Amino acid sequence: MENIAGKKPALSWAKNVAMATMVLIWVIPTLGLLVSSFRDRDQISATGWWQAMLPVELTARARTGTEATPEGGLYRVEGVIFDDEEAQSYFSGTPGDISAFGIRGAEPTAYPAGTTADLGDGETLTVNADGSYVWITPEEPGNRGQRVYFAAESPPKLTLDNYRTVLSGDNMGRAFLNTLTVAIPATIIPILVAAFAAYSLAWMEFPIRGLLIAGIVGLLVVPIQLALVPVLNLHNEIGVGQSFVGIWLAHTGFGMPLAVYLLRNYMAGLPRDIIECARVDGATDFQIFTKIILPLSLPALASFAIFQFLWTWNDLLVAKVFLPSADEAKVMTVKIADDLLGSRGGDWGILAAAAFVSIAVPLGVFFSLQRFLVRGLLAGSVK
Amino acid sequence: MANLSLKNVEKTYGGAVTVLEDIDLEIETGELIVFVGPSGCGKSTLLRMIAGLERITGGELEIDGTVVNDVPPAQRGIAMVFQSYALYPHMSVRDNMSFALKIAKMPKAEIDERVNRAAKILQLDAYLDRLPKALSGGQRQRVAIGRSIVRDPKVYLFDEPLSNLDASLRVATRIEIAQLKESMPDSTMIYVTHDQVEAMTLASRIVVLAGGGIAQVGTPLELYEKPENEFVAQFIGSPAMNLITGEVIQTGAETHVRTKDGGEAISTVPTLPEDLGKTVNIGVRPEDLVAISGDGPFLYHGKVNITEALGEVTILYFHPDAEGTDPVIAKLPGIHKSMRGVDVKLTADPDKVHIFEDGQSLLYRDRPRKRITAGVH
Amino acid sequence: MNPLIQGLATIILGVGGCIGYFYASNLLLDKVLYPAKGPNIASNIRRANIIRPWLFIFPALLVLTVYLAYPVVGSAYRSLFNRSGDEFIALGNYVALLESPEFRRSFLNNALWAIFVPVMSVTAGLIAAQLSDTLKWGNIAKSLIFMPMAISFVGASLIWKFVYAVDSDIGLINAVLAGLFGAGPIDVIQIPFWNNFFLMFILVWIQTGFAMVILSAALRGIPEETIEAAILDGANPFQIFFRIKMPQIFSTIVVVWTTITVASLKIFDIVYAMTGGNFGTEILPSYMMSFMFRDDGRATSVALVIMIIVLPVMISNIRQAQKELR
Ligand SMILES: Nc1ncnc2c1ncn2[C@@H]1O[C@H](COP(=O)(O)OP(=O)(O)OP(=O)(O)O)[C@@H](O)[C@H]1O
Ligand SMILES: [Mg+2]
Repeated sequence: MENIAGKKPALSWAKNVAMATMVLIWVIPTLGLLVSSFRDRDQISATGWWQAMLPVELTARARTGTEATPEGGLYRVEGVIFDDEEAQSYFSGTPGDISAFGIRGAEPTAYPAGTTADLGDGETLTVNADGSYVWITPEEPGNRGQRVYFAAESPPKLTLDNYRTVLSGDNMGRAFLNTLTVAIPATIIPILVAAFAAYSLAWMEFPIRGLLIAGIVGLLVVPIQLALVPVLNLHNEIGVGQSFVGIWLAHTGFGMPLAVYLLRNYMAGLPRDIIECARVDGATDFQIFTKIILPLSLPALASFAIFQFLWTWNDLLVAKVFLPSADEAKVMTVKIADDLLGSRGGDWGILAAAAFVSIAVPLGVFFSLQRFLVRGLLAGSVK
Repeated sequence: MANLSLKNVEKTYGGAVTVLEDIDLEIETGELIVFVGPSGCGKSTLLRMIAGLERITGGELEIDGTVVNDVPPAQRGIAMVFQSYALYPHMSVRDNMSFALKIAKMPKAEIDERVNRAAKILQLDAYLDRLPKALSGGQRQRVAIGRSIVRDPKVYLFDEPLSNLDASLRVATRIEIAQLKESMPDSTMIYVTHDQVEAMTLASRIVVLAGGGIAQVGTPLELYEKPENEFVAQFIGSPAMNLITGEVIQTGAETHVRTKDGGEAISTVPTLPEDLGKTVNIGVRPEDLVAISGDGPFLYHGKVNITEALGEVTILYFHPDAEGTDPVIAKLPGIHKSMRGVDVKLTADPDKVHIFEDGQSLLYRDRPRKRITAGVH
Repeated sequence: MNPLIQGLATIILGVGGCIGYFYASNLLLDKVLYPAKGPNIASNIRRANIIRPWLFIFPALLVLTVYLAYPVVGSAYRSLFNRSGDEFIALGNYVALLESPEFRRSFLNNALWAIFVPVMSVTAGLIAAQLSDTLKWGNIAKSLIFMPMAISFVGASLIWKFVYAVDSDIGLINAVLAGLFGAGPIDVIQIPFWNNFFLMFILVWIQTGFAMVILSAALRGIPEETIEAAILDGANPFQIFFRIKMPQIFSTIVVVWTTITVASLKIFDIVYAMTGGNFGTEILPSYMMSFMFRDDGRATSVALVIMIIVLPVMISNIRQAQKELR
């Protein structure tokens, strides 16, 4: 198509721009989350993630020193505000110039740098741009210095702290393991069961085959919400209850229609001659299945496996219903939705890191196995 | 090693569509039987019924005197070569060839020996460890054949095995199959093809299928020289046999037929007195027509419409007698130029002139008439 | 680590059990019940072949029945009983639903989802497919647009929570508003009615990649000659797209459309994570979840309503499958 005579270059320019815009809209939100997850908590609330590479003006809190020299009935305290440990904790590198300072948390930047603040009763404080200060007080300071708030630029700071917090505290590591424990068996078991069923529906003759296929296609659209109450009751009755075994079984059941449908479509598309040839060669149905069909269906199997893995990994609803609500049984999605979104609603850095921990595995799976996923999708829906 | 016998075999789909019926056929050990017929006439179906891949809905199929209607394919002692080769794409050539033997739990040493022997016969030794996708079409076909050889079956079945090959490869492989057959004189083979040359050169006997039944069974030359009906007469040979309508004017050991345009055909097909005056079709192959000059008796006379000079022969197409009828075709040796519009008179050796009454050859007037509904190719 | 070991054990047990079942049952059939030897070999083999498909399909059929078919029936039955399940109240739950304003709101919102999400996803997917197929970097673009497919609904909600955040130092939307127009921060999640669309867009963001991948394959499956013929006939790119390409991929569009419609009817996680159903964003599945464990009669009746909405899609799916089989 590219080499048709007289095609306007303007059009292809417009196409590039349109595509780029769309890709940006699709990528930017995720990118924002990724960047945020590496930022320091104070920096996140100070500037947007898109400014992560720029210095941030932070408001820091500090105390002056207490080593006073008497000076005409007053006491004079001098020093550099950045020497204070509390002040240092705000900055990741060498802080920039101080732009303003204050003495109350409500007005942290009440006085421009270099000016002198009158604290009343003859008490004054001067903070210069380079951080040096002079505090003059009528009383001896004792062991507590004067509270100082000041704003200064901090260089950009990227840290792994959020990830450390997420993975160590709050049972998140446990939740990660739980998710794995749910996802892996819930991926493998349905594939096996579905593959055999798909083969018999594609290549074996028996009376109500057509009816069964239609039924399975129909079940494809049953909303699983419908199944939650009765199945949970059933699980409780047979003693499975809310447990890992229960959720494995549930995922197996809920994933079955899609699995059978995708695999049957794929297997039915395999060349008839090959299967008949194997039959003439004396292979039984079991041998045809294991020696011919399975190896040839690998792309479809892989694709469904990816699908099911993503779906079980990402699932929230089934996990909420079929796993106990105790904290040690929570999977990551539940953990994030219930705990982090609720209690840590304001701690964006932690939220972002948590989200990334939960999507890192699926994203990895997705990008490395995308080819198979696409192939299987197509086998299922484009004929 | 085996003889097959089909008795009244019938195939119906869903109780409604009858694809084949009344198929009676005896196949002797060592024969190479070729099934030919127009597309959709049921050649593959019949072959697949013999293989056991398609249920036989009526009649009996015997192999070596045992009814095998209900025996699964693997137990029938047959091997089949598919048109699409049907190689297992995920197995190497060696694994493809040994698959059936492994399933039969044959000892490893024997499997290797058989595979190597077959590979040698088919010149596949160099490719044994390749996957099918790394082979050419001809090589794949040879693997498919090799796969059946190693099983040492009673009956080989081939369904259009060469039709996916290009013309020159097809000739080469055809010759290979002929040699293969010669090297295994006891093996029985059934071969389906569209290609007349394949049928004529390979077959010990040809089965012409048409309209759901057998139109004729015979050696290639029998079919060519003594077709049983108009269908076979026109199906075998290219271009097809000419059919010209006429009236019997003299009966006996030599029959004379007067054609509509005043020609007179003489045939050595014997007729009975009561045939006198009957309307029949005479059949003459284009290659049997001879151009004559002068005022002597002629069989056909017409104006040339189109000529095709092929070098060794020239094919003349005459103006058709009437709208919708097939033109008479003559195939004359040598090159004839600028024949268009020329009046030509043709005659033929009485031995080569066939007479059909109502579609059936008068040579076979005692045989039951076949219902052939399907059109000519 | 205990669940991990337990998980490993189950994988081995489950997978081993599955394989064992299939293998053993076949063996039983071929060697013990109807051995392929002896005098009645033919009839034995025939009988074994009648039974075998059922061996293969039995486990699948079992879980399908227990986990999907039975619940449909079971829910329908349960929805006719009261909260505790001991009193038959016929259509009482449904009547209560109809009278509840929250239900009506959820129903309408769900209808919005079922219309807006497929329209947007298919349109965007079609545009992306069409654009990416002609560009050099099309495959990278496709891969990036397809990526949200791998992200959980909860994860996606979180991602968009960042975008929608009120704080203009976090939320991109408010940052743009403030930066370009100087407008004050708005909480898009709380704008009455329109907040629904902001939630729906998250699903569109996820599903567009799916639509794109399938539609792009369909577009590539269109015979090149028909397009070339149209070019020779003087059609412009838009005419080619709407009059030549679209009709040829129509059946694929229908498949994608219904798939996304069903997905948007079943969606629960996004609303749950973004608003918890507050601010007038309740939809049926989240409405139902609010009754789960408290009033199963009510919960199942909501589920059944969802099912009834999906029913037409289901029937057309079955019809399609039966047609394909012929
Ligand atoms: N499942 C079926 N139901 C109904 N009719 C069928 C079925 N399968 C095949 N047929 C019909 O049986 C007839 C014979 O088919 P078959 O494949 O044997 O033809 P063929 O002679 O091998 O043709 P070709 O030379 O084209 O391969 C065809 O007319 C076909 O339409
Ligand atoms: Mg055929």
